[in-house]
This record gives sequence, C-alpha cells and structure tokens, in this order.
Amino acid sequence: MFTTVQDLGRWHFQSRGVPVSGALDWYSHRVANALVGNDRSMAGLEITLMGPHLRFEQSATVAVSGAFFRLTLNDVDVEMNCAIDVEPGGILKFGERVQGARAYLAVAGGIDVPPVLGSRATHALTRMGGYHGRALKTGDVVPLASVPATARAGIRTVAGSSLSFRPVDDAAILRVIVVDETRFTQMASNRFLVSPQSDRMGYRLEGGPIQDRPQGSLISIAVPTGAIQLPPSGQPILLMNDHATTGGYAIAATVITADVPLAGQLAPGESVVFEACSMDTADAELRRMEAALGA
Amino acid sequence: MSGGRIVALGDSCISIQFAAIIDPAVNGRCIALAGSLEALRIRGIRDVVPTYNAVTVHFDPIEATGASLTARVEQLILEAAVAPVEALRTVEIPVAYGGPDLEAVAAFAGCPEDEVIRLHMEPRYRVYMLGFLPGFAYMGSVNRRIAMPRLDTPRAHVASGSVGIAGEQTGIYPCDSPGGWRVIGRTPATLFDEARAEPFLLRAGDHVTFVAV
Repeated sequence: MFTTVQDLGRWHFQSRGVPVSGALDWYSHRVANALVGNDRSMAGLEITLMGPHLRFEQSATVAVSGAFFRLTLNDVDVEMNCAIDVEPGGILKFGERVQGARAYLAVAGGIDVPPVLGSRATHALTRMGGYHGRALKTGDVVPLASVPATARAGIRTVAGSSLSFRPVDDAAILRVIVVDETRFTQMASNRFLVSPQSDRMGYRLEGGPIQDRPQGSLISIAVPTGAIQLPPSGQPILLMNDHATTGGYAIAATVITADVPLAGQLAPGESVVFEACSMDTADAELRRMEAALGA
Repeated sequence: MSGGRIVALGDSCISIQFAAIIDPAVNGRCIALAGSLEALRIRGIRDVVPTYNAVTVHFDPIEATGASLTARVEQLILEAAVAPVEALRTVEIPVAYGGPDLEAVAAFAGCPEDEVIRLHMEPRYRVYMLGFLPGFAYMGSVNRRIAMPRLDTPRAHVASGSVGIAGEQTGIYPCDSPGGWRVIGRTPATLFDEARAEPFLLRAGDHVTFVAV
C-alpha cells in the first residue's frame, strides 16, 4: 500500500534543489477537491494500487476520483466521483481496484498536516512534507481541518469527472512535445512497458533499447516532470513528480501537461506509446480539461 | 551577453542554454539572467532554475506560454538587462576530514591523505548550482590532482553532511541519501533545515571555503 498526502506541488524552490512532488494525476486531485467544495490546492490523499481502510473520527464530506476502486462506507457500496457525507466512526474501505493506478481522496477543508515550504505534498526520499514525510501506515491518525456546516454550499458537480481509461490490454497513448527529433524518432514506433522499478520519481521503461548517439558528458540542466530521459543503458526514464530537479541525461521528448494525469494512472506491467503533438494541441487539450473542472 | 539558445522542454518549460562549458563567467550570466527574470514577476512563472550553463523556466501553461516567455527572455538578453548582483558571500564550512574514500583519492592523486586534505581546502569554491537534493550545492573547481571521478555504482547510503568529490566538483550531502560521490569528510553544518528562517545555507553564486576541524 502506498498512500501519501499530496497537493498540487511544492513550487518556487526548484532553484534550491527541492522537487515539486504533488499529485501525479493533478486532474483527478482537482476533481475530488471540487466535488467537496475545496480550493484546488488543498491537500488530499493519493492512493496507489491498493487502498486503505479509513475510520473517520469526526464527521466529514469526502470524494474519491481517479482510478476506479470498489468503495464501501460502513460496508455499503458508495460511488466514486461524488460528495459523500461520513458520520463520526464511519469506515471508508477501498476494495478491488478496477481500472487505473491512483485514486485521490479529498476531504472538505483538506488534510491538515503542517505545510513545508508552502506545500503539504510528500517527498518520501527526503522525508519532506505530508504525514511525517512518509506513506501512511496502519494506526496513523491523520488530522483534518474542521469545516463549518455552511461550507457544504461550495460543493460543485464536475463535468467530465473522470479520465477516459482505455482497455487494460491496450497501451496508453501519451502525447509529447518533441525535444530532440533524432532521439524521438527511435522511440516513436515503440511500445514500452512500465517496469517494476518505477515509482513517483520516474518510470523505467522497457522496450527499445534506444541508442543515444555518443557525445561528451552532458552538463546537468533543470528538467520538468514528463520529460523522457535517455540514459546510456538505452532504457528510457519518464520523469514523474518526485524527480530530482536537475539531470544530465539527454531528453527526447516531454509528455504534455494534459496527459501527465494519464501517465500517473499507469501501473507497473502496463504499456505506453508516445505520440508527437503540437504546442497548439497541448494548449487546446489543457484548456478543455480546465473548462471541465470549472463547470 | 551572447545570445542563448532557447529550447522548449515540453509545454510548461523553456530552457535558455549558453556555451556548454563549466565556467564562472557563463554561470554568472545564468544566475544574473535568472535573477532578472524573477524580478519581472511575470504571471505564470513558477520556478526559474539556473544551472552551470543554462536557465530553465517552469511555468503554468494556462497562465503563460512558452512563446510569450521566450519573447520576454530574448528581450532581456538583447537589453543585456542584468539584476544588480548581490554582494557575494563567502561561507566557511567546517569539515572533519576522513571518510570511506579518502584513501582511494590519495591513491588516485599519488600523494598522502594529508595532502589531499590540503588540496581540498586550498581553493575558494564557487557554488554553481543547487540540485539533486534540497540544498545540495554543486561547487567547483576541485584541484585536478584530486578530481577523482565518482563511483561506478552509487552507495545505497551516504550519511548526511558527507563531503564528497566527483571529478571537478565537490559537494555536501544535505541528508541521508544514496550517492556516488567520493566521500572524504563530514561537516556538522546543516545545509538544509526546513524549520530555519533561511532554510538553505547555500545558494548559486556563493563562494565556499572548507576548514578542517
């Protein structure tokens, strides 16, 4: 089980070497927050592959978005993607995972752990932020902000509340902005497998190998989430939110912001293909998602 | 400054790249350009990160576009607009020399360990950039004699405060971490403390000297 407190990331400190972290599927995080009337940047839980059983010690309004899990409240089935009122003592259980890799739980008022450098996102490697800088364990008591009754008036419905998940056997299609034509050309026709050595820092992709052309050692530059790096091994690495701020490997292409949530929904063993797209398409897709969130 | 090459690294990131060398003047221009950009407080910019020879600008693609930011950067470069440079600080780092790789570095250099220590302490280093871990400063340049390349396989665990060498660079691990640098000492100084008023001890452009304790 890997459940961490996440928000939309720890920005403004990358020049100090601080990774951004935050929800890999920023879209589902925002959907869940919207459904309980939260500001988009409030902290919630990111739940990976296997979900927790949560007992609420106070009344709360919650919503779950992202990967589809069978959900029960006090052993009664409840729906994803809608606001659910929980009474004190209520037990929310994540059961079977049906589709996708990461679910997002929002609680009205937000998760109330102390912010570090302005964010509640967890960076597990450096033990920064979140709940004591780590994934949750059985017995942990996670503080929730208390919310006045009137806050429920802020709850909204969200159009397009779920990502479109493709059938499990198909490869996910991630659209990219090409950074290096020659390097990307080798990758474009390949189907890659997300290896077990994949985590929130990055996914190691099997397939290829992609031979980088020989060159002198590259000087490190600051790199973004979604960048596809080509190390000497020939197995590309797709950088995810916990990646180190700088890197010295060549970058072939970068997944567009609109498709990073889909990347966040990939589990080890699943496949991905990369497809080049234009800046205009990247922009249009992002605005479409923003419009859905604003509804 | 001579024009940089501006590359879009995706739809939320542009990188301005100068000569592909590790050089104080090139680095100084990157730090100054980063400072100028930050001072403009352009809507949508989230992070401006200077590195050895580049400046990467991360932005919210709903609030700004690569094209508009590229235009602003090109204007800055044309105007040679440079933010006033803060008085350079020299930070003194105490080091208890001795560590798992001191012997190996001495063998590499063909000199006694005491000489390795003396050669490491001699220069005033430049902090070129921060990266890899919160507060990890890449500093240069190490005397060629002791500029041993990093380990082929990183160690699973390097202790917080470890002072290391990787080729021309020297650095200090700000926390426990895996790592491949050649560890020759340890400092009690805290490079990063989230609770401190100024959490980061070092920033790009600082000078650093090491003092044996």
